[in-house]
Amino acid sequence: MSKKLVEIQSLSVAYNGDNVLKDVDLDIYENDFLGVIGPNGGGKTTLVKAILGLAKPVSGSIQLFFDKGSIGYMPQISRFDTKFPISVFDVVLSGMAGKGKLPGKLSKKGQNKAKELLEQMGVIHLRKKAIGELSGGEMQRVFLCRSLISQPELLILDEPNTYVDNQFERDLFNELKKLNDRMAIMLVSHDVGTIAYYIKTIACVNRKLHYHPSNIITEKQLAAYDCPLQIITHGDVPHTVLKEHDKS
Amino acid sequence: MFSLFQYDFFINALYAAVLAAISCGIVGTYIVSKRIVFIGGGLSHASFGGIGLGYYFGFNPILGAAVFAVLSALGIEYTTKKASIREDSAIAILWAFGMAVGIIFVYITPGYAPNLMSYLFGSILTVSHLDLYLLIGLSILLILFFTTFFKPILYVAFDEDFARTQNIPVTKINYLLMSLIALTIVFNIRVVGIILVISLLTLPQIIANLFTKNFLTIILASIVIGLAGTLGGLAISYYLDIPSGATIIFFLVILFLIGRIVKWILSRR
Ligand SMILES: Nc1ncnc2c1ncn2[C@@H]1O[C@H](COP(=O)(O)OP(=O)(O)O)[C@@H](O)[C@H]1O
Ligand SMILES: [Mg+2]
Repeated sequence: MSKKLVEIQSLSVAYNGDNVLKDVDLDIYENDFLGVIGPNGGGKTTLVKAILGLAKPVSGSIQLFFDKGSIGYMPQISRFDTKFPISVFDVVLSGMAGKGKLPGKLSKKGQNKAKELLEQMGVIHLRKKAIGELSGGEMQRVFLCRSLISQPELLILDEPNTYVDNQFERDLFNELKKLNDRMAIMLVSHDVGTIAYYIKTIACVNRKLHYHPSNIITEKQLAAYDCPLQIITHGDVPHTVLKEHDKS
Repeated sequence: MFSLFQYDFFINALYAAVLAAISCGIVGTYIVSKRIVFIGGGLSHASFGGIGLGYYFGFNPILGAAVFAVLSALGIEYTTKKASIREDSAIAILWAFGMAVGIIFVYITPGYAPNLMSYLFGSILTVSHLDLYLLIGLSILLILFFTTFFKPILYVAFDEDFARTQNIPVTKINYLLMSLIALTIVFNIRVVGIILVISLLTLPQIIANLFTKNFLTIILASIVIGLAGTLGGLAISYYLDIPSGATIIFFLVILFLIGRIVKWILSRR
């Protein structure tokens, strides 16, 4: 039995009185690779924010069985002010801010770790650039470095495959598959087809959450979960999401 | 020119110019980077309420302005995080409230209001010793705060949500910075006036940002540019006998245009 990291019980979250999440139950274990899918506006980001303590529940509970500082978080990129004057290197280092005694005072070790990660992601030559000078794919790599530098036990990625090309998407997901040996991963996407091959289990979020203990899901099941999604699969990705007629 | 240095008021003006450049250089970089220039404009106008009360009740108007601006700053921060009022609406209301209170109380104050123009339009040649002490205290505080907490401030300004996940005390830092913004605006009112003070906190940064995209470099460059602006403006205003506050800002706008041209030439090479 692997260790439980997160336990969410009958969680409800509301903005201005409107329930965005209602009665959500979810457990995350240490070797999980959970795909969180659902339509736009379904509440996926809100679920992530609730786990991170950024959105306050109106009822229910979220328990973490490890240090909150050990969550790696890669937010949806659309949220950033890309004109902000901060260097790539500083962005990555900010992922270590929770670790030191005085926030922001950095050890040589942290700096080396940052360089190592940037090297690994192939963006080390950009470290002195301002974050806004990067392309979408390069930016995503930098934010991935930021989420990994604290060596998290749980890595949460919110739509990491927007604004990137198919090549980067495949590289990223293969990298995640390797990282999954060392950490639990929660991968949010509005497109189940592209992530199905990599994940182990699925959570469908559309105000309510339906847990699906497999990475194979049919359109009919999605409909039953009240999670109407178009299934799009890209070329050479193994087809693990089935349309009804595929099953015969 | 040298004979000028014999005068106390001129020496005070020079000190004020240096301290204004330092305090506005630091705080303005935060304001411009975080795109909260409108908040700055709101705070400077809201502070006029305190100036009006100062005249009416007979205490130092700058202290009244400081109280008004800090309370407004904390109110804006609270409203936008907790209440369901839009941030720009909250600012617009405080902006209007402060100006209205100020005008009413200045009007009902018996006699005439000495120095009123120096609050509205600035008057660097008449800064008092108290004004200078306030600016010195503020500048020291800012330097200490920004050198000790430089990285956390940067991280919070860039990505507040992520900073929270790193256990950085985001809420405390935000309230503190809002208070420091309010104080910086108020203590620099005597230099260029309520109406133009926000320009002193944004023009140097906008010019610096033409050439660098590094937060720390923008701070340092803004201090130098701000100093050029205040000293240059002061000199021009003295020789042409025109208002110093407006001249300082006008001179900074000219520096911005020169900066743009230089950048355009550099990019064509
Ligand atoms: N800060 C907020 N204030 C008000 N409403 C919000 C806020 N954040 C999200 N919402 C609303 O909550 C719903 C769910 O949003 P979100 O969790 O971002 O969905 P998803 O990530 O699945 O697209 C949407 O209708 C969105 O408009
Ligand atoms: Mg989302």
